[in-house]
Amino acid sequence: MFEATALNARNARIQTLFRLLFGLMTGLLILPVIIILFTLIQEGGAVISYDFLFTSPTDGMTAGGIFPALIGTIWLVAVALIISVPLGVAAAIYLSEYAPENWLTRAINLAIINLAGVPSIVHALFGVGAFVLFFNFGTSILAASLTLAVMALPVVIVATRESLQAVPLAFREACWNMGATRWQTIRRVVLPNAVSGILTGVILEVSRTTGETAPIMFTGAVFFTPFLPQSVFDQTMAMSLHLFVVSTQVPGVPEQLPYGVALVLIAMVLTMNSLSIAFRMYLRSRKKW
Amino acid sequence: MTMPTPVAQEAKVKLAVQGLSIRYGHESALRDVSLQIHEHEIFGVIGPANSGKTSFLKTINRMDVFNPNMHVEGAILFDGRDVRQWRNVYALRSRIGVVFPLPVGLPLSVYDNVALSPRLHGGQSQADLDVIVERCLTRAALWDEVKDRLDALGSMLSGGQQQRLTIARALSQDPDLLMLDEFSIAVDPVTTMRIEDVLKELRKEITIILVTNLVQQARRLADRTAFFLQGECVEIGVTEDLFTGAVQDRRTRDYVEGKFG
Repeated sequence: MFEATALNARNARIQTLFRLLFGLMTGLLILPVIIILFTLIQEGGAVISYDFLFTSPTDGMTAGGIFPALIGTIWLVAVALIISVPLGVAAAIYLSEYAPENWLTRAINLAIINLAGVPSIVHALFGVGAFVLFFNFGTSILAASLTLAVMALPVVIVATRESLQAVPLAFREACWNMGATRWQTIRRVVLPNAVSGILTGVILEVSRTTGETAPIMFTGAVFFTPFLPQSVFDQTMAMSLHLFVVSTQVPGVPEQLPYGVALVLIAMVLTMNSLSIAFRMYLRSRKKW
Repeated sequence: MTMPTPVAQEAKVKLAVQGLSIRYGHESALRDVSLQIHEHEIFGVIGPANSGKTSFLKTINRMDVFNPNMHVEGAILFDGRDVRQWRNVYALRSRIGVVFPLPVGLPLSVYDNVALSPRLHGGQSQADLDVIVERCLTRAALWDEVKDRLDALGSMLSGGQQQRLTIARALSQDPDLLMLDEFSIAVDPVTTMRIEDVLKELRKEITIILVTNLVQQARRLADRTAFFLQGECVEIGVTEDLFTGAVQDRRTRDYVEGKFG
C-alpha cells in the first residue's frame, strides 16, 4: 500500500543533498574563525603574561606590555556605550512606538540604514571636523568615543527597533484598552520583553567599536603615551591602534608580539560577548510567550 | 438555564449611541446606528463577520484614535457624557473592561497581569493588591487553578485559562462596563460555559456588551440584542423576541435560523 514511488525517493535524495550542502557552507563559515583563534593562541599565547598585560611598552614599543592600550580601549568603548546606548534606544523607541507612519519617518529610517553603510574612515574625518575641531574637544577620548558612538548608533537603533517590533501588537492593545498611556505600556510590557534584543545590539556595538581603528586614530588614540588617561579629555593608547603600530609601523618588534596583542584584543571582545550572551539567555529564560 | 428577564422601560441608560457612523477611508463600516444600553443588562450584538461589531466597540472606549484612517461621526454618551468630550481618554478606558477574541495573557506573572491595571493608577498597597488579585481571579473562575502558581507567566497558561485571565484583568479595572468581543472563539466549550456563568453573575454589578457570532450564546445570555449586518443595525429588541419570530426584519429571522452568516 505505502510503497515509496520513484518521485518520493528522488525528493528524499534531493533533501539529503541540500542538507549536506547547507551544512558544508556553515562549516566553511566557521573555519576562518577557528583558524584565526588557533593561530593566535599558537603564536601569541607564549607572549601573554602578567607583565605583558599590566606594564607599559618599552624600548620603542619592541618590548614591555600593553597596559595603557588595554585601559584606553576600555575607556573608549565604555564612553561610546554611555553616549550611544541611551541615544539609540530612545530614538528606536520613538521610531517604533510613537512616530506616525509618514514620509518623514520613512526618510529617517532610510537615513539610519545609510548611516550604517558609511565607511569608518569617513566617520573618522567627520569626527575630526565635528568633535576635535568644531566642538574643540581636541584629540581626546571624548572626541574618539563620540565618533565611535555615531558610527555604532545605527546598529543600536536597528537592533532595538527590531526587538521592540517583535513584541506583539496585541500586548500593547491590551494595555491601551485598560487605560495605560503609551509610556506606561512601553515601560511595563514592551521594554521588559525587548531587553534581550536590545542587548544583542549592544553586544554587536561592543564588538565593533573595540576593534575599530580608523575612527579613533585621528580623534583620540595616540601612537604612544606612558600615561593612563585621567579624564575623557585626555588622549590615550588603544588596542586596535597599538596592534596596527606594532605590526607595521615600528621596526624590530619581536614576531610574536603582534600576535599577543591581537589575542588579547579578541579575548576582550569574546569575554564581553559571552557575558552579554549569558545575561541575555538569563533574561530570555524568564520572559516567554 | 435562566430566562433573560425583559428590562423595564425606566431602566437607567448607561450608554446612548446616537447616529453613529464609522468609515475606514472611503469604506463604510457602520452606518447611522442609534441604540441605548441599560445599566446592569447584558446587551448582545450579533451579526456575521464584517458587520462593524468590533469597530463599534472600538469607538466606545476611543481606541479609534490609534487608527488615523478611522473616521467616526455621531455621538456615544457614556453616563450621559459624550466619550469624545472626556478630556482624559485614559480615565474613560480605565472604566471600560475589554476582552478580545484571542486571549491576551501578557508576558508577566499571573499576579502581575491582574495587578497591572491597579498599579497603573497607583495608590494601592501590597495588601490591597493581594485582595484585588484574589477577588478578580475568583470572579473570573480562575483562582482555584492558579492560586498555587501566581508567579507563573500569564502567557504560558492554556488558551481557556488565558481568556479567564483576560477577564480577571478587565475586572481588576473595577469597570462600569465590560465589553466582550467574541470571547469564545478560541476557548473550549467547557470554559465557555464557565465564563458564561461568570457573566451572569457579573450582570448584577456591571453593564456588559457581548459581541458574539454565536446566536445561541446571545440567546443564553443577552437581555436585549442588536443584529448588525454589513454596517447596518437591522434590529434591536428583547433577545427572546428575535428567536420567536416577533422580528421587524426578515433578515434577522434568516440569520438567527442559520440561513446565512
